[in-house]
This record gives sequence, C-alpha cells and structure tokens, in this order.
Amino acid sequence: MASKEVTSTDEFVKGLWRDNPVFVQVLGMCPALAVSNTAMNALAMGLATTFVLLMSGLSVSLLRGFIPREARIVCYICIIATFVTSVDYLIMALSLELHRALGAFIALIVVNCLILGRAEAFASKNKPGRALLDGLGMGVGFTVALLFIGVVREILGSGSIFGFAVFPDSFQTWTVMVLPSGGFFAMALWLLIVNRIKKKEAETEKAEATA
Amino acid sequence: MSTPELQPQTSAMSMYRAIVGIGAMCALVIVVVFQSTAARIRDNQERFLAAAISDVLPVTEETIAVGIGENGQLQKTTASLPLPVFLAYGSNGDLVGAVLTAEGMGYQDNIRVLYAYSFEKRAIVGFKILDSKETPGLGDRVEIEPHFIANFEALDARLNTSGDALNNAIVTVKQGEKTDPWQIDGITGATITSEALGNMLNDSANGWLPILERDAISIDREATP
Repeated sequence: MASKEVTSTDEFVKGLWRDNPVFVQVLGMCPALAVSNTAMNALAMGLATTFVLLMSGLSVSLLRGFIPREARIVCYICIIATFVTSVDYLIMALSLELHRALGAFIALIVVNCLILGRAEAFASKNKPGRALLDGLGMGVGFTVALLFIGVVREILGSGSIFGFAVFPDSFQTWTVMVLPSGGFFAMALWLLIVNRIKKKEAETEKAEATA
Repeated sequence: MSTPELQPQTSAMSMYRAIVGIGAMCALVIVVVFQSTAARIRDNQERFLAAAISDVLPVTEETIAVGIGENGQLQKTTASLPLPVFLAYGSNGDLVGAVLTAEGMGYQDNIRVLYAYSFEKRAIVGFKILDSKETPGLGDRVEIEPHFIANFEALDARLNTSGDALNNAIVTVKQGEKTDPWQIDGITGATITSEALGNMLNDSANGWLPILERDAISIDREATP
C-alpha cells in the first residue's frame, strides 16, 4: 500500500492545529505562561520565536550535510543563539518599551525546546523549503496559541485588548490573571477547549471509518 | 549472537571544521545585525530617556547633561556617562531641578532608575524605573503599586547644615510603617526590591546632591562644554 504523500500544505498546517506546539506538544511553556500577560506581549514573543524558528530551521537544513552527528547539538544551539541575539537587537531597534516588557524572556528563546526540537527532529532531515514551511507553521501555531492565552489574560486581568479598554471603568479587574498564576488558568482553559474539540474529531473519524 | 552495528566515527578535523566554521558564520551575522541596528538603538535610547525625564519632572523644557570635572566642580559635559545626570530648566529658563540616574542590585539583577530632585522643595519629586528584571508579580510591583509610587511625590532629601551629606538617610521601612518624609513605605512581597531602591537612592543622593546644590546654579547652560 502506498503511503499518503505529505504535501507542503500539510507541513505548514500541522503546526497550526494537529501538532500545535503549545496546545498539543506542550512545548515552550516558559514563555507561553510568563510573557502572555497582555496580547501585545504574547504577539511580540510569538513573532520573535517565529523569526528564530524560521531562520534556525533554514540554517540547520542548509548546513545539514556539513554538521557532524556528534557535534550537532552544539552547532544547533550556536545557530539558535545567533538568531536570538539578532532578534534581541532588532526588538531594541524597533521599540525599547517592548524590549522592556519582554524582559529576560527574549534571551530565553535560546532554550525554548520547541526550536531545538524542530531543528533536531525536522530541519536536520529535510530540504530548506520544507524546513521553512515547518518553521513557519510551528511559529504561527505558537504565536496564535500565545495570543489566545494573552487575550484572555488581558481581558480579565486588565479589562482591555491590545491596550484598548473593553469594559467600563466600573469593571473590577481580576489581578490574578496578569500574575504568573493567571497563565496557568488561561492555559488550562484553552487546553480544555482544544482537547474537547480533538476528542470530538477523533470520535467522528472513528465513526466514519467504521461506517 | 549479533553485534550492534557501529556507525563510522567522524574525524576530529571534521568536527573542528564544523564548529569553528559555524561559530565564525554566527559571529559575522551578529556583527552585521549589531552594526545595522546600533544607530537606531541609540536613537531609541535617547528618545526613551527624554520621555522618562519628562515623566519624572514634567515641567522640564530643556536639559543639559552635567558631570564632575577634574577640579571636583560640576560642569557641562557631552560625554556619555554610564549614569547620566541632567540639570532641568523650565519654560522661562529657570533651573527647576535635576534628573539623576542611579543603579544598584535588586533581587534578580541590576535595577536602573531615574529620579528627579527639586531644588525648591529639597526633595525627590519623581521616580521611574528604567531597567529591571525583578520577579513578575512580586518585585516588579515597585513600578505599579500606587502607595509605593506615592513615596516619590515629595521624598525629603534636604542636606545637613554643612551641606556635604543628606540630613536624614533615605531608608525603606516596612509597608505601613512610614512616619517621616525621608522614609520609603516598602511593599510586602517585594521587600528586597524596595529596600534596594531605597539604598540606591540614598547612595546616589548622598553623592550627587551636595555637588548639585553647591554648583548647579552657577552652570551656564549656553556655554560650550
């Protein structure tokens, strides 16, 4: 039996839903919980991580014939750290306020297991085009997941979205949602919703297969 | 019995070549990005500092950077000091205060602050954290807690009769125990950070305010440094 061919679209789409890095693989939890206290911070961290995923995936894929198996981790970390340093400078050039808001977490992208994981599991075994699509899919999936968490936390914790008030001044904000513990509450809420939808999908597929 | 298949060993030379080659490429990328963003980052830092000065001393219309000359006197400077100090002038050209930068160790890392001193009130009248990596939800409350920020509406910083040190050391006290205008009402849960801020303000004010009080009025703001 011929195996189903993986198309370019599949490479991109898998990161958005089926293998979403946050809601399915549960990778990169440190920034996902710590920097998602506002929608803007979540978006900025997601985009910074996407940039590093794309560039490191492309570099690892291009250099996959040059990097010996025994020295691969040190080479991957070196490549990832380079793009994290670059993104750090780029954010500082873009906005110092944003750089302040993201604090130490920009530098910590280096140790985000999602990036090393994609370099090791995918980019080092695939051509640059596919590595880029995989990185883009995972990056967008990570950004969207952070944004989902960030929007919930900002609405409840600050009564606003992207700084724009959505509730009257009389709204009593839930301060806990902007604190680190709020990240766990919002994450749990989204995991509940995503897992419920996935369970329904699996049941439908099973029913169709039986029929 | 079958023996496990051994993978061919990579030569040390190949590994050196890969690590050194990738290291060199990475260094090149970082240098290129640094060089291409340096001017923009410097502009952003200057803009950020100007906005922060307006925040801590809103009456400021113009500032000049000052430093201490070889003779120990205050003088205008163009040098980029690690902890810059500015004299602030109002709309009619009067000296309205000084804006100083201070730095010290917090709970996690160095904290850098900007504060404003009013010559008229002999008090610290504005305060802003420029850089901090304190624990989110705990130490970083020093930036948002209203009762803590209220400390810097008029924090007494008058000098002693000889004019060479603060009359009363600026100290942080436990939350709710502030009794004197030179005390900082601390934050429960951010004890180390609020105490660190008190210490760095005390050290900076003790070092700078005697010089500023003595020399600031005689600085010619139009003069070329």
